[in-house]
Amino acid sequence: MPDTATGRAMPQTAIGRAMPREATRRLVAGGGRYLDDHTERGELHAAFLRSPLPHARFTLDVGAAAALPGVHAVLTAADLAAMCRPWRTVSKAFPGLVSPEQGPLAAGRATWQGEPVAMVLAASRAIAEDGAEAIVAQWDELPAVTSLDAALAPGAPPVHPGLESNRAWGGTIQHGQPDAAFAEAALVVEERLSFTRHTGVPLEPRGAVATWEPGTGALTLRLSHQMPHQMRLHLAEQLGLPINRVRVICADVGGGFGIKMHVYQDEFAVAAASRLLGRPVRWVSDRMEALMADIHAREHIVTARMAVDAAGNILGFDVQDLQGLGAVSIYPRSSTLEAMSMLRAVGTPYRFAHGRARIDCALQNKVPTGQYRAVGAPIGCAMTEHLIEKAARARGEDPWDFRARNLLRLDEMPCANPFGAALHGLHHHAALEKARALMDLPALRAGIAAGREAGRLLGLGLAVVVEFTAAGPVAYGAAHVNVAATDTVVATLEPTGEISAQASITEIGQGITQGLAQVLADAVGVAAEAVRVEAGDTAAAPHGGGAWASRGAAIGGEAIWGAGRRLRAQLLEAAGALLQAAPETLDIRGGEILDQAGTARMTLAELGRLMLFRGHEMPKGVTPGLSAAFHYRREGDATLANNGVHAALVELDRDTGLVRVLRYWMVGDCGRVLNPLLVDGQYRGGVATGIGEALLEACRYDAESGQFLSGTLADYLLPMATDIPDIALGHVETPYAGSALGAKGAGESGTCGAPAAILNAVNDALEAAGGGAVTELPIHPVAVLRALGRLA
Amino acid sequence: MLPPDEPLAEIACTVNGRRVAGRTPLRQTLVEWLRAELGLTGSHVGCAHGVCGACHVRLDGAVVRGCLVLAVQADGGTVETIEAATGPEVAALREAFVAHAALQCGFCTPGMILQAAELLQQNPAPTREEVRDHLSGNYCRCTGYQPIVDAVASAARAMQAGGVEGA
Repeated sequence: MPDTATGRAMPQTAIGRAMPREATRRLVAGGGRYLDDHTERGELHAAFLRSPLPHARFTLDVGAAAALPGVHAVLTAADLAAMCRPWRTVSKAFPGLVSPEQGPLAAGRATWQGEPVAMVLAASRAIAEDGAEAIVAQWDELPAVTSLDAALAPGAPPVHPGLESNRAWGGTIQHGQPDAAFAEAALVVEERLSFTRHTGVPLEPRGAVATWEPGTGALTLRLSHQMPHQMRLHLAEQLGLPINRVRVICADVGGGFGIKMHVYQDEFAVAAASRLLGRPVRWVSDRMEALMADIHAREHIVTARMAVDAAGNILGFDVQDLQGLGAVSIYPRSSTLEAMSMLRAVGTPYRFAHGRARIDCALQNKVPTGQYRAVGAPIGCAMTEHLIEKAARARGEDPWDFRARNLLRLDEMPCANPFGAALHGLHHHAALEKARALMDLPALRAGIAAGREAGRLLGLGLAVVVEFTAAGPVAYGAAHVNVAATDTVVATLEPTGEISAQASITEIGQGITQGLAQVLADAVGVAAEAVRVEAGDTAAAPHGGGAWASRGAAIGGEAIWGAGRRLRAQLLEAAGALLQAAPETLDIRGGEILDQAGTARMTLAELGRLMLFRGHEMPKGVTPGLSAAFHYRREGDATLANNGVHAALVELDRDTGLVRVLRYWMVGDCGRVLNPLLVDGQYRGGVATGIGEALLEACRYDAESGQFLSGTLADYLLPMATDIPDIALGHVETPYAGSALGAKGAGESGTCGAPAAILNAVNDALEAAGGGAVTELPIHPVAVLRALGRLA
Repeated sequence: MLPPDEPLAEIACTVNGRRVAGRTPLRQTLVEWLRAELGLTGSHVGCAHGVCGACHVRLDGAVVRGCLVLAVQADGGTVETIEAATGPEVAALREAFVAHAALQCGFCTPGMILQAAELLQQNPAPTREEVRDHLSGNYCRCTGYQPIVDAVASAARAMQAGGVEGA
């Protein structure tokens, strides 16, 4: 039976079914419970005074502010020092990393515009903001570096006193004989691409509501966050509290995208202030704070060469990457990971034997960067796919043919490429063929030719994508960074026959709790409607990693499958004892226990009531309980690579330089699909993010003053409904062989490929018009007009 | 508790069908007042500068940005929020949004539904381009918009057919 929403065949199992998400019924009714929807009696509202300069020494006179009616307290770094220790990013993955300590508020010197320097607590947010304005601050401006070139120039002013250089970390990777490969190459293509900072802009801003329990000294922190257990650990460590006296609650989270997975000064200041004052404290970021003080991402200048032999085979890549970190490398994961993620995406879909890369990460007087949806992959992918197009063009070859020849075949894997990327189970050729069919390529090309004849500036761009998802324990474990890559589920039979579960994976709008409910339903043998999965409260949910690296299905799915199978085994053991039957002869289907003949012998509700309320009727020595826990740890592959093909058709406006995306196609392979509605949503949403990244979104700074210029949503442009076309999707399903369900991640591959596809499409249109190429993302209309020769 | 020097005004209006009266700081926006004083947290503050549309409410029948209207401007008026928004369009849209996964995090959804309901009141059979145009002042960061357009189109069809699709 076809499913009306997707047109796909409807499977018999809950796994794989396009089931609408149960929780969305509450959200469409206005019943969401986001951070700012919760209040604590007696709470104080916080506002921060933030540095107006990128680098300055300062002194503060808070007397007038503290005397304002309605202001309860004005706190500075010295006030919070006794409540919260500073932190510093250290990772064995980045030996020698230079990243100074951070505390909840800057002490005497601000190192980026927007850094919190003082905190006002008042009867309302408006009064707290009045208080922040009433602080008399003396700013002694220091030399600042914001651009990458300036940060690493010889004699550049140091971002922090005493630094000999602003280079925070760097490294070289070499494999094979790149010099020989480039010397022998029949063709070498080269490019320098620059990428302006982006930020995630979850529509619900970050925020925190802290409640300090007097007497016992316990802290409850409500956060809009992706990783409650991670934050619980850091709060316990920085505030010096036993971890089991810290509770972190993440209710509905209005989008994360990687923004809500770091340690932020302002959120820790809220916790420290609540402890100091013994009052609940609330702070919710406004949009200007969010744009200037949420992590930014993806500021890179990449120069890369690709060597190709006479037969058109790729020999190798030589890459130099400059990455902007901001004032520190973000805690706890380190901003430098983005450069490694960029490198892991260079050349990844293709066969090549030689590689060399040089990475340099620079400190700057800007907000720290961090891991944002797809991390560095869109950059490595854009660089690679740009060079592929360039090589095909230089050879006078169809870029599809160039790719098909060089794409790794399934039978060449598992393998590791020269940049250390572990590749397995990537069905590139199937995805490429699926895309060709989905696009109806001959007709499409004929249409483009006809349009160009008529004077339209049309361009078609292609990108092949590999995205590394669902990182296993080795990634952070070997770096001695305390990030959990394992996950746990506790599943419970209710005495009414329903199944409830607590998961350490978290719900941030991606819908994973629905996907997990479907897995649990099949694992136990009940209808998906009888299952409810909850997450986000450390007092209820077991330990685990939460939402990052597209890990919900691949890791959370395995955890809940394991918990469900364990619970099923327990229930069958109990039922077997009651029914005097061997457990292996019984089955659970549709919430009923069936015997070998398929006859229903009892319901799970009857069994649950017996086990819970009439234990005296249970046979002696039968011990299984109503709950089962499973902790999933993948022992094999370090990451689960997924793959896909993206294509975009764009039209340039020759008068305005604006780029319009007319059509978009994406074929993805994320292994077993738990729920196609959720996967399609991730793909399309990810593509929209990537289109924004390619054409609209930029965190800009004034080159002279270092002032942040993108502080409102009228300056930082998000894609609107009129900017994103319908996105045609195709699926290849190559299950991961190393797990029970075979799911890989789906959340980031859309974002990974879209910038590359758009960049290639724009350059295809420019090439057809006899213009130059654009080499900077986002692609500004002025750059398009210049490439067309219509602006000097 | 606000300090004695905070300028306040008395207002009285109809909210979700009930007469309410209260005091509001002069500088408080309508969406803040609805959220903080009346506990109607379905309308969200996404940007507070009139760009994102998450704060949409109905004021005297028209959809407005709740962050650009002061609470005092609602004095004597009639306010409807997502919690009690009425009309067949809203009911059809709610069903269609769920069926088409037209929301992920859901933060934009209340504003999106009110805005789409306004479109369906004016134009019962909009084209996809008309839907996109009408929703272009409501930002969604999760879905890429296509499922939202699908849902609005589906709700329009359901209403024309006299039933609610997916219900």
